[in-house]
Amino acid sequence: MTQANIPAGSIKAILIDDEPLARMIVREYLQAYPEIQIVQECSDGFEGIKAIQQLHPDLLFLDIQMPKINGFEMLELVEEPPAVIFTTAFDEYAIRAFESHAVDYLLKPFNKERFDKAVRKWIDHRSAAPATSAAATATTTPDESPAPADATSALLETAAQSPAQQHRIVVKTGGKIKIIPLEDIHFLEAADDYVKIHTHNGAFLKNRTMSYFEQTLDPTMFVRTHRSYILNISQVTRIDPYEKDSHLCILQSGAQVPVSKAGYVKLKAVLGL
Amino acid sequence: MAKAPLSTGKFFLIFISWWAIWAVLQISLLLGFGLSVGTAITDSLVSNTLVALCCGFISNNMQYYLPKKERYWYILFISLGLSGIILLACKAILVPLLDAHTGGALTGAIPGGGVQGTITGALPGSATIDYGQFFSRSWAVRYDIVFLQVGCMSVLSVLWYSTEEEQENRQRRNDAERLSKEAELFKLRQQLAPHFLFNSLNSISALIGSRPEQARKMIQQLSDFLRGNLKKEEQQWVPLSEELQYLELYLDIEKVRFGHRLSTQIICEEECLGLRLPPMLLQPIVENAIKFGLYDTTDAVTITVHARKVEGSYVRIDVTNPFDPETSRPKKGTGFGLSSIQRRLYLLFARPDLLETHIDNNLFTTTVKIPQQP
Repeated sequence: MTQANIPAGSIKAILIDDEPLARMIVREYLQAYPEIQIVQECSDGFEGIKAIQQLHPDLLFLDIQMPKINGFEMLELVEEPPAVIFTTAFDEYAIRAFESHAVDYLLKPFNKERFDKAVRKWIDHRSAAPATSAAATATTTPDESPAPADATSALLETAAQSPAQQHRIVVKTGGKIKIIPLEDIHFLEAADDYVKIHTHNGAFLKNRTMSYFEQTLDPTMFVRTHRSYILNISQVTRIDPYEKDSHLCILQSGAQVPVSKAGYVKLKAVLGL
Repeated sequence: MAKAPLSTGKFFLIFISWWAIWAVLQISLLLGFGLSVGTAITDSLVSNTLVALCCGFISNNMQYYLPKKERYWYILFISLGLSGIILLACKAILVPLLDAHTGGALTGAIPGGGVQGTITGALPGSATIDYGQFFSRSWAVRYDIVFLQVGCMSVLSVLWYSTEEEQENRQRRNDAERLSKEAELFKLRQQLAPHFLFNSLNSISALIGSRPEQARKMIQQLSDFLRGNLKKEEQQWVPLSEELQYLELYLDIEKVRFGHRLSTQIICEEECLGLRLPPMLLQPIVENAIKFGLYDTTDAVTITVHARKVEGSYVRIDVTNPFDPETSRPKKGTGFGLSSIQRRLYLLFARPDLLETHIDNNLFTTTVKIPQQP
C-alpha cells in the first residue's frame, strides 16, 4: 500500500524518546513501511544531535519532554534540521501552537491509523516535491527543500515562547552543548548574524536575531537598552551619563553597556525609577 | 496579627470625639464647682489627655498580649492599677501647676477670704478654692471616672482582639480546606494528566502488542492509583502505611515507563506505620523528586524515601533524589517546585518551618515534618 517507487530502506529515520516503550511502539508501527529504515534510537537530546549530525536522517520522531534538553532545544542546535514528527504527551493546548509548523504531531497514546496518516502525509509531501533528492545531489543546490526547513524554524520561534523554554538558553560551543541559566547572563550583544551571549563563564554565540531575544526573554529581567545590546537588569550596578542623550551601564562584571536615549527610558521604567 | 482598632481612621476619629466630649463635660462640671475657667480647662485637658494616652496604650498593647479566657480578671487589675497611675500623674502635674498659679493669685487678690474655702460652687469668684485641697477631696470621684473609662477601653479591646483572632482562625481554616481541595484537583488535572497519565497510557499501548500480561498489570496499577487519587479527596488524615502503599503504586508505574533507570528505596520504621498525615502530601514531593531526578537526567537514578519518628511527636520524611547541576539548579529556599506544598503545610499548621530542602553534592533532599495530633 505504500509507494512502490521508493526503494526499501531508502528513507532514514531516527527515534528520539527517553522512554523505551515509547520508542518500541513507533518501531512497531514502522514495520509496515519497508522503505523507512530506523538508523538509530536515542534516549535524550544530546545523543539525538550526535546521531543527526552523523547519520543525516530524512525524518525524526521526536519527543518534547526529555532529560537535559527538550525536543525544541535540541532542534535549535541542529544546523539543517530534518523533517520532524513530534510524539508527545504534551497537552493539546500547548501543542496547538505548533500545529501549523510541524510536519505533524502525534499525541500519546496514538493508534496505528493516526500514525499512518502522519507518515503518509509526509511521504506524499516529499514525493510531490519534484525529484528532490536526486536533483539535489546532482546540482548541489542546497535550497531544494524549503518546506521542512522553513517549517522547522517557524516552529522553533513559536516554541521558544512556551513557558518551559524561558528559563535557559542552549548553545553549542566547539561541539559541546552548553545550557545557560538566564540568571547567569550578563548581557547580549549583536554580532553580525549572531548574538553574543556574555555570561559568568565567557561569551557564547547563538544564531538568532536581537529582536528574537527581545521578544522571548522575560521583559522584567532583560531590557534592550540599545540597538545592539540587551542587558540583564540584575547585573546593573551603576548608570553613568555618557555623551549627550546617551548613558553607560556598568555591570557587576565591570563591563560597560551603552544605553541609548530610548533604551534609558525603558530601563528606567523596568527599574521603577 | 489583628490590626489595632485605633490604626484605622474611623475608629481614631471616634476615639478623639469621645475624648473631646469627656473633656467638655469635665470642664463644665468643674466650673459648676466654682473653679475658674483657666483652672477648669487645664485640669480637664491634663487629666483627659492622660486617660486618652492610657487608653491608646491599652488598645495598642492588647494586640501583643491578650489575656486567656480564664484570666479575664487580669483586666480588672490592669485597669485598677493604670487608673491609680493616671491619678498620681494628674496630681503630680496639676497641683504644683495650679496651686502656684491660680490659687496663689486668688489668695493674693482677696486676702483672708477663701483659704479655707468650701466648695459651694454658688458664686464663682467669691469662694476661692485651694486647688490642692480640691484635688485631694475629689480624688475618689476622679478615680471612679478614670477607672470606668480605662476599664471600658480594656474590655472593648479584649473583645475586639478576640473577635479578630477568631475571625482570622476561621479564615485560615477555610483557606486550608479550599486550597487542599484545589491542590488535589489541580494536581489531578495539570500534573497527573498530561505527562504521567498519557505517558503511562502510551506505555500500556506499547506493551499490548508484545507483552499483554504486563500491559494488563499496568492497567491494574494505574487504575488503583487513580482510584486512590479520587477516593482521598473525601478523607481527612491517613495512616503513613497507606500513604506509602500509594506511593509505591505510583513508583511501580514509573518503573515500567523508565525500566532499569529507576530504583527506589522506601525505609519506614515499624513504629511509624500507624502515624497519620494529610493525604496526598508525599506523592507530590516524590513526583517532584522524580521530575528532577529522573526526567532530567539520563543515568540510573535511586530515589529514597525515609520515614521516621522524631522527638516532640513528629513524623519526619526525607525524600532524596540525585539531580544534574548542569541542566537544572534548585532554587534557594523551597527548592525546585515545592512552594505549593509549603503553602499547604502553612495553611494546615500555621507554621512555615515544616518543609526543608538540603543539597549535598548532587543529592537533593526534601524533608517534611508532620506534627502528630495528640
